[in-house]
Amino acid sequence: MDFLNSIILLTNFIIVPGITYGSQLALGAIGVTLIYGVLRFANFAYGDLMAFGTMIVILVTWFLQSKGITFGLLPTALLALPVGILLTIAVSLFFDKTVFEYYRNKKSDPVTFIVVSLGIMFVLNAVVRIIIGPNDINFMDGHKFIMKAKEFKQMTGLNEGLALKSTQVITLITTIITCSILFYFLNKTKTGKSMRAYSNNEDLALLSGINPKKIVLLTWIIVSILATVAGTLYGLDKSFKPFTYFNNLLPIFAATIVGGIGNPLGAFYGGFLIAFSEIGLTYAYKKFFKYIMPEGLEPSTLIQFISTDYKFAISFAILIVVLIFRPNGIFKGKVI
Amino acid sequence: MIKNSEFKICFSVMTVLTILVGLFQSWGIALSMLNLCLISAVMAMGVNIQWGFAGLINFGVMGFLAIGGLATVLISVPPVPEAWSAGGIGILISGLFLLAVVFSVLIINKKIPNHKYKNYFIFVIIILSIPLLKFIAGPSINKIESINAATSGFLGGANLPIIFSWFVGAILCALVAFVVGKVCLGLRSDYLAISTLLVSGIIITIVKHEEWLSRGVKNVIGLKRPVPYEVDLQNSEWFIKLVEFLNSSKLSNVLDFDERTSLLNELVISSSGVFVKLCFSLIFLAVVLIILYFSEKALKSPWGRMMRAIRDNEEAAKAMGKNVVKQHLFIFMLGSAIIGFAGAMLVTYDGLFTPSSYQPLRYTFLIWVMVLLGGTGNNYGAILGGFVVWFIWIQSAPFALLVINIFTNHLDETNYIREHLVNSVPYFRYLMMGLGLLLVMRYRPRGLLPEKIIKN
Repeated sequence: MDFLNSIILLTNFIIVPGITYGSQLALGAIGVTLIYGVLRFANFAYGDLMAFGTMIVILVTWFLQSKGITFGLLPTALLALPVGILLTIAVSLFFDKTVFEYYRNKKSDPVTFIVVSLGIMFVLNAVVRIIIGPNDINFMDGHKFIMKAKEFKQMTGLNEGLALKSTQVITLITTIITCSILFYFLNKTKTGKSMRAYSNNEDLALLSGINPKKIVLLTWIIVSILATVAGTLYGLDKSFKPFTYFNNLLPIFAATIVGGIGNPLGAFYGGFLIAFSEIGLTYAYKKFFKYIMPEGLEPSTLIQFISTDYKFAISFAILIVVLIFRPNGIFKGKVI
Repeated sequence: MIKNSEFKICFSVMTVLTILVGLFQSWGIALSMLNLCLISAVMAMGVNIQWGFAGLINFGVMGFLAIGGLATVLISVPPVPEAWSAGGIGILISGLFLLAVVFSVLIINKKIPNHKYKNYFIFVIIILSIPLLKFIAGPSINKIESINAATSGFLGGANLPIIFSWFVGAILCALVAFVVGKVCLGLRSDYLAISTLLVSGIIITIVKHEEWLSRGVKNVIGLKRPVPYEVDLQNSEWFIKLVEFLNSSKLSNVLDFDERTSLLNELVISSSGVFVKLCFSLIFLAVVLIILYFSEKALKSPWGRMMRAIRDNEEAAKAMGKNVVKQHLFIFMLGSAIIGFAGAMLVTYDGLFTPSSYQPLRYTFLIWVMVLLGGTGNNYGAILGGFVVWFIWIQSAPFALLVINIFTNHLDETNYIREHLVNSVPYFRYLMMGLGLLLVMRYRPRGLLPEKIIKN
């Protein structure tokens, strides 16, 4: 019984939140890595692109709610998602046309791209704050819990409860669907293969008759979809606040580089690696050891590697360690 | 230096902006804007040394500013004897332990030849040392933080004059930059940008959460000042006489004695604030001029030529026998030290240290906008960028309000859209910054005052 309790404890406090947070990071990191692989720059405006997409979803959600339309047990935001995706694609393409295209044609160095992406970051930051304001917004509706900790305890008779929020399940399912479509597209379809070829060797791809404009367009579309989906899932699970979205850019970057920049599968694993180490290293294992250790040997301290204040710092530290020992990332990067 | 036309442009822009704000708003606002412009100019010069001279992209500005700010606390605040006696020894022991870990890692790295598992071994040592450090320092930290938690709860500082802390901040930053540089400088430009940004995130987390050191989110208020306090000025004979003399025409119009005294009193109070800010301005201006002088000298010296050579063609510079790695590390430390100096100045001017206020948008990217807008590789450009960008940053909210009022004039006062726009006025500054940066990068990619190619 104690063993079961300890497993449930870990599932409730590490595995379930880790998978949820990991999925959100993974979706974001795949977006960053695709931009890096195809367009060859680190996009600092990505966090704010996520915020923009989520903002549109929230506005549409409010509109639908005011008309009395809901999605039953599921959050209304899922209904609003397509509109958010479309507008985010429009914004991405707009910025690509007005800003990035010029520098791409000029073949500017990566630093120039970073700097102009900073400019777009400022603009999007302002647009989001002007339209929806800087405050915390909770737009989750529908059924909150699939299983409450109390119900689980009654059902199984265990000491430890296992709570399962519906947003956690939605996040996981959406991530699985999105990623399977994406990887199928990249690995099996002709367009996906041409995208990979372009990322791998631009000149050779051009010689083979691949249209670079189409590739760029496609990349922005995929990236905008990923950004909006990741942003909306994060917002449903926690809450929407423009500043948090900007800050989330940092663990997303960490996940991207840890997984090997330019490598979508690496970014996927990187997201989970970052999420699990953030949660796993800041969790206090006292209760866990109480269950599995024999009586009399229970630990007196919290058995916590580092305090939760340093949650973000862990992902940064992992990144720096990876950069020192394996600058190409754990899964060799640079190729989609 | 003074005959230089760019010098004239910079400082005439600054004077005109200050006078304009002084005439249209108030002299207090004008001077505080001027002070922050000067501090921003120092920050921009620091970044310009790294980016403009050497082409090193440092997105960790925020972290170095915070270290400079921390230095003011560590130097100027009086020590807390109770906290020292309660946990001082524990902190010192854990400090020694940390040093021991660092040295053992260094020695292992140096002495043991390239073994397959060397890196993993070092990694394990570092990982193990973190919980051990927590175990050693934990009880003392708890003791320190529980002493007068509402008013102190930290170790305090060295109770020295605050000007001293500016230099200590610079030295601390140089030391941190040495470590960061050793780790990150080998990376390619975009990786370097991301990793310095993340390192600054780590620094902020530490400053924010190590309350025994910096009081963390509880903030340190009432820091010392290098200039007199308003209250002292208001009670001193010479200052009242000075105000009386400066406003003699205004005062002579008032005949009634009581009225005259109350007017004089009002004038003394308002001008004491202006006087304090003026003192700050003079000190900051002196700092800007001194750093500008040395920075210009360095740029024109053989060393500056070498730095530009390394920036423009690293391979060729290497082939000429220049030690690129060493020079990069040195200039990274130098630039960070100047940023740290500015960070200490900023906290001194504010009179309080608030770790939670350090955000990358304001303290990293805004400084970068200053450098890029002003002119990469040109010290005058950095100064001009500091002035202009800070002016836009401060004045864009009132400007946006004006524009909104013009365009929504036909709408009702309580119209939803109008009210919403008026409420979001502060965020128009981000829009201005972003658009400004995009426009400059497109049409004047080398900045307002571009770098001059010196041929001699």
